[in-house]
Amino acid sequence: MTGAVHKSLVHESATKHVTGSASYTDDIRAPADVLHLQLGMSSHAHARIVNMDLSAVRAAPGVVCVLTAKDVPGRNDVSPWAGDDPLFADGLVQYIGQSLFAVAATSRQAARSAVDLAKIEYDDLPALITIDQAMAAESFLEAPNVLARGDARVALDTSPHTCSGRFYIGGQEHFYLEGQVAMALPGEDGAMTVFCSSQHPSEIQHTIAHVLHIPFAMVNVEVRRMGGGFGGKETHGNLPAAAVALAARVTGRAVKCRYDRDDDMMITGKRHDFRIDYEIGFDDRGKILGLVVDQAVRCGMSFDLSQAIADRAMLHADNCYVVPDILITSYRCRTHTQSATAFRGFGGPQGMLAMERMIDAIARSLNLDPLDVREANFYPAKDTPDRNQLGVTPYGMVVEDCIIQDLVGTLVASSDYRSRRAEIARWNSASPVLKRGISLSPVKFGISFTKTEFNQAGALVHIYTDGSIHLNHGGTEMGQGLFTKVAQVVADVFAVDPAVIAITPTHTAKVPNTSATAASSGSDLNGKAAQNAALTIRARLINHLSQRYGVSPADIRFRPDGVHVGLEVFSLAQVAASAYAARISLSSTGFYATPKIQWDRTIKQGRPFFYFAYGAAVSEVVIDTLTGEHRILRADILHDAGRSLNPALDLGQIEGGYVQGAGWLTTEELVYDQKGKLLTHAPSTYKIPTCGDRPQDMRIALYARGENIEETIHRSKAVGEPPLMLGHSVLLALIDAIAQANPDQGEPQLDAPATPERVLRALGGF
Amino acid sequence: MSAELNSVCFNLNGEKVIVRDVAPTTTLLDYLRDVRSLTGTKEGCAEGDCGACTVTLASPASGGVIHRAVNACIQFLPMLEGQAITTVEAIGTSGKLHPCQQAMVDHHGSQCGFCTPGIVMSLHTAYLSRADISRSEAADLLAGNLCRCTGYGPIIDSACSMFSVRSTVALETVIAEEARALESVQRTGCLVIRHGLQQFFSPDSLDDLLTLADRHPHAVILAGATDVGLWVTKQKRVLDTIICLGRVAELKVISVSDFAIDVGAGVTYDQLMQVPELPDELTRLMRRIGGQQVRQAGTIGGNIANGSPIGDMPPALIALGARITLASGHDRRDMALEDFFQSYGKQDRRPGDVLVSISIPRPASGDHLGFYKISKRFDQDISTLCGCFALTITDGKITSARIAFGGMAGIPKRASHVEAVLTGLEWSEDSVRKAQSAFGDDFQPLTDLRGSAGYRLGVAQNLLWRFYLESTGQIAPTDRLELGQLNLAGAS
Repeated sequence: MTGAVHKSLVHESATKHVTGSASYTDDIRAPADVLHLQLGMSSHAHARIVNMDLSAVRAAPGVVCVLTAKDVPGRNDVSPWAGDDPLFADGLVQYIGQSLFAVAATSRQAARSAVDLAKIEYDDLPALITIDQAMAAESFLEAPNVLARGDARVALDTSPHTCSGRFYIGGQEHFYLEGQVAMALPGEDGAMTVFCSSQHPSEIQHTIAHVLHIPFAMVNVEVRRMGGGFGGKETHGNLPAAAVALAARVTGRAVKCRYDRDDDMMITGKRHDFRIDYEIGFDDRGKILGLVVDQAVRCGMSFDLSQAIADRAMLHADNCYVVPDILITSYRCRTHTQSATAFRGFGGPQGMLAMERMIDAIARSLNLDPLDVREANFYPAKDTPDRNQLGVTPYGMVVEDCIIQDLVGTLVASSDYRSRRAEIARWNSASPVLKRGISLSPVKFGISFTKTEFNQAGALVHIYTDGSIHLNHGGTEMGQGLFTKVAQVVADVFAVDPAVIAITPTHTAKVPNTSATAASSGSDLNGKAAQNAALTIRARLINHLSQRYGVSPADIRFRPDGVHVGLEVFSLAQVAASAYAARISLSSTGFYATPKIQWDRTIKQGRPFFYFAYGAAVSEVVIDTLTGEHRILRADILHDAGRSLNPALDLGQIEGGYVQGAGWLTTEELVYDQKGKLLTHAPSTYKIPTCGDRPQDMRIALYARGENIEETIHRSKAVGEPPLMLGHSVLLALIDAIAQANPDQGEPQLDAPATPERVLRALGGF
Repeated sequence: MSAELNSVCFNLNGEKVIVRDVAPTTTLLDYLRDVRSLTGTKEGCAEGDCGACTVTLASPASGGVIHRAVNACIQFLPMLEGQAITTVEAIGTSGKLHPCQQAMVDHHGSQCGFCTPGIVMSLHTAYLSRADISRSEAADLLAGNLCRCTGYGPIIDSACSMFSVRSTVALETVIAEEARALESVQRTGCLVIRHGLQQFFSPDSLDDLLTLADRHPHAVILAGATDVGLWVTKQKRVLDTIICLGRVAELKVISVSDFAIDVGAGVTYDQLMQVPELPDELTRLMRRIGGQQVRQAGTIGGNIANGSPIGDMPPALIALGARITLASGHDRRDMALEDFFQSYGKQDRRPGDVLVSISIPRPASGDHLGFYKISKRFDQDISTLCGCFALTITDGKITSARIAFGGMAGIPKRASHVEAVLTGLEWSEDSVRKAQSAFGDDFQPLTDLRGSAGYRLGVAQNLLWRFYLESTGQIAPTDRLELGQLNLAGAS
C-alpha cells in the first residue's frame, strides 16, 4: 500500500550496531551482586565418574555455590525432546566438554579459576569418535531410516552405466560471534526471568521450568537480539540458561553465564558430518535411472534435533533432479562427541551436496559438461504438462513451483559459463602449476519445518492513543533482519513509515508457545501472524470510522498522508484516540498456521514443504598443484527470494550464506584427536572465511521473475538457509580443477573440507 | 632507577583517566566493559583472533600521533600508559555518525551487529591514518575482523566509500587536539603496579629495563601481548612478575645501512613493514602474519623470544642470516639467530637476558629469495609450515644456500642437509630433484591439527621446486595464491 514492503530498508538496528549501542545479553546492566557461572567440563569422552571431589572448588575465593546433578529439583535434562542431554552429567560422561557441575562466583575470573580445582576420577569406557567407528560398532540412535521409491537395485542392474564412490563431508562450527550467554533474575513466588541469546525462547522457558520443577507460566524469557545464531542457538542455549536459572534459584541472586569461546566450541554441537556411499545408474546422456545412497550421519552423544536433520538430508538427496528409482538409507550414528545440532540448512546441504557430486561424477565419466547432465535431469518446470507425473519427489510431493531451468538458464547466460569453461580448459593446458576449475550448482530447498506442528506463529500488535505502534512476535532477531521485515509488513498495513513501528524484544509472556526461529521460516510465519494482528486492528478501526462518520468501509483508506475517511483525512493518532474513546480495543494478537502441509515421517511420505526456494551459483577457482592452496576467483549467483520483502537484506543473506557455505567446504576443519578431544576450538585453530577469502569478483542478483506461487507473505520466499548451499559450487569447482590437472586419474577423491592438504592429496601430490 | 609511577594514566574517549589499585593483567576489554560500562566493545574470542574488541589506540610520535587498531582483549591495562584509547561509543552518535559508521549503515554492512563495533573501529583507525583504500587493501585491513554474517562484500564497500567525505584539514584539527591531549598524559619514570602477589614494571629506559630484568630474572618480558595475553585469558595463568618493554624508546628504533637493517626488539611488525629497504619477500611474508591488529601490536623481538616453532619471522630471518643481540646488565651477547633456538621450548636465553635487537643483513645482488607460508587460510592463520629460501647464485652455480623452515621441527630450523646438497651445484631441475630427497634428513615433522607429517614434508619439497620455477622465471612470483590478485593471463 505504501510500499513499505519490497524496499531495501536498512536493518532496524543498523545505527545501533555501528555506534555500539545495540544491547546484547552480556551488555545488559546486571544487579551489583550478580554472580558469574562457569561450567566444569568432562575431559574424557566416555567414562563412568568414579568420584567427583569438589571441595577445593567450593573453598576457592569468590565461590558462592557449586551445583551438580544432585541439586536439580526437577528434571536433570536440557534436551529439546528426548531427555538425553543432562544439565549435569550424573555418573556417566559421553563427550569431552560435557557439563559436570557449575560454579557461581563473585567474578567471572573467580568462577573460571575455581572449576580447575575439581578432582574428577574417571573409569574409562570404550569411546566411539568417528562415523567409521560408529558404523563398525553399529552404534545408532535409532534404527536406520529408509526412503525408497521403485526398485533402485534393479534400476542399477539395468542401467547402461553406473558409478559409485564414497566421500566424507565434514561438520561445521557455527562460530556465531557472540557466544552462548544467559542471565537469570529470580522473582517472586519462585518465578524466574531469563535474558538470553536464543533462537527458541519458548524452549528455554520449558527447559528451565522442567529443571526447576515450576510451571511454564512462572518463567519469562526475553531475547532482544543475538550476535549470530545459524542454528547453533536453537537448542544449545538451553544448558547455560538452565544453569543460571538453577543457580539464581539456589542463591536468590542474579546469575550470568557467558561461555568463553573455547568452552563454547568444546561444549556445543556443530553441523553433522556425513559419510556418503553411493551407486548411481544413468544412460548415455547422463539421465539418472536409479540411485542407492547411504547417508551415515554423526549425531554425537544424544538425539538433539538429529532425527529431523537426518530426515531433511534424505529429503534433499534429490536436489533438483528426478530420480525414478531410489533407495536412501540414513544411519544416525551415536558417537562420544558433542551432540550435533541445527546449522543453517539442517541436513539439506549434506544431502544435496552428495547428489551434486554424483552429477559431476556422471558427467566426467561420460565426458560431458556437468551442466548438461544437470539440465537433463531437472524436475519439470512449473508450467509443463507432465509436471504431476514426473515432477514428484521420492517422498511423494509434487514439485509444483519448479523454476530451476529458467533460473539456471539466466545464470548461464549472465555468467558466461560456457565460454569461460572452454577458456579455462585452454588456460590450464598452458599453466604448469596453477589450474583453474569452474562449476555451476543449483539449489532447491524445501521450506517449512518437517515437524508440521512447528509451522505456526503468533504476534501481538498494539496501537497507542498517540498513534504509535508496538510490535511483538514470536520470531527472534539474529541478524537476518526478521524484525525489519516484520515491521515493514505491519507498516504496510497501516501505511506508515516502518521507522515508527516500535520493535520490541521477543518475550515468552507476550507471545506464548512459539516455535524456534529456524527452518528459514521466520518472516513467512511471523510476518503473516503480525500482518493478521495488524489487519484485525485495522478492521476494527475501519468499522469504527465507518460507524462514526457514516462512510462506507470501502471509502476508508490507510494512506501515507493519513487515514482517508471519505473526503476527510485523519492522523493515525486521531483515529486511535477516537477508537479508544469509543471503547474499541487497539490491541490484537495475530496467528498463522502454514496451510497445505502434511507429513508422516514414519513412512516418509506427504507434503512436508509449503514450497521450494531455488538458486544457483557459478564458482570459479584456482588451485596451486604444488601446495594444494586455492582461491575462489569469481562467483556469479542468481537466487530466488520470490517477491523479496527487502532486497538488500535478502542479498545480504545470499552473500553471507554463500561465503559461509564456501567456508564449510574449504577452510573450516574440525579436528578431533583419537581420544575424542576437539583440537580446533578457537578462531586461532578453526578458520572461518576472512575478508580476503571472498572472491574479488562477486556478482549476486535476485531472480527477477521470482514470485511465490503460494500465498506467502507478499509472495516472498524464505531466504535464510538456501543460499548456504550455493557454496557447493566452490567444492565442485575445486574437484573440477583437480580433474583438469589430473585428467587420467579418474574421479578425484576429495573429502570436505577441501583444505590445501586434502587438495594436494587428491592431486596425488604427496 | 628512575622514579616510580604507581598508577596508570591514559586518555579514554578524550577524558584523562588515572587508574590505581588494579590487577596488572586486567585486560583493556574487561576494564571497558566491566568498570566503565562501555559495552560497545565486544568479546568474541579473548585471544586476539576475531577483532570484535578492536579499539583505536593513539600514541605520541615525532611530529604527531600514530593510530593503531588493537585487540582490547589481550592488552593489559598498564600497557596503555601515556596513550589514548578511543572506543566505538566515542566516534559518532546516532544523530551524527562518523563517516565509517555512516558507510556501514548505507551499505548494509551489519547483520547481527556483534562484530560491527570492531569493524567500525578498524575502519576508524584507517580513516585517521590513510587517505583512501583499494578493495584488496580493505581486505587486508580487515583480515583481523571476523564476520560470520555478511560475506564481507558490504563491509569492503563501506571501507572503500568512507573516504569520499574525508577532509584532511578537518582531521588535522582533530589529530592536533588529540596530540595536545596526549601530552597531558605523558609521564616519565618507571611504572610499577603492585597488586596482591602480582607486580608489573614498565620502565621508560633501556637501563631501567635491564636493571629490572637483572633484579627479576624470571619475570615475564612483555611486548605486544599478542602471545602473553593468551597466557592469561586462555591458560588462566597468574603472572607474578611482568616487565613490559613497551615504553622503552631505545627498543623501537630501526636503522638502515647499506648492509643491514637493525631492528629494535620492540619494533612492531607493522613498523618494520613500512621500511622500504626491507626485501619484498619479507614484506610479503609479514603481511601474512596475524591481522592488522596483531601486526600493530606484536613485535619482532616477541616473535623470536617466545621461541615458538611456528613463528613466521624466525625462518625468514634465519634464511637472511640475521643475528640477534641479548643484553644482561652491561653485557651484550651477539649470536646467529638459528643458534638461539636450542630445542622445543628452550632458547639460549639466560635468566635476566633481554633480547634487544635484531640485525637483518640486506641481500646482495645475485641473492635469490623465496619465502612461503602455507596455512589452511591465507590471512590471519598460523603456519602449517613456513619455508624460506635464500640462495646466492654465481654464474649459474649455487655458492651459498640458506634454507630455514618453521612448522617442521620443534624449533625454527635450517635445512642443512638440503643446503649441503645444493651448495656447489648448478641451479637446475636436476639439482632440485637431488636436494628434495634430503628434506627427510633434515626434518621429521609432526602430524597435528594443522597438517600431517606427510603433507608438511611433501610441500617442503614442492616449495623448493616452486622456488626454482620462480627464480628461473618459469612461473611468475605473482602466481602465488596468497596475493589474491592473480595475473591470469588470458582469463576472461
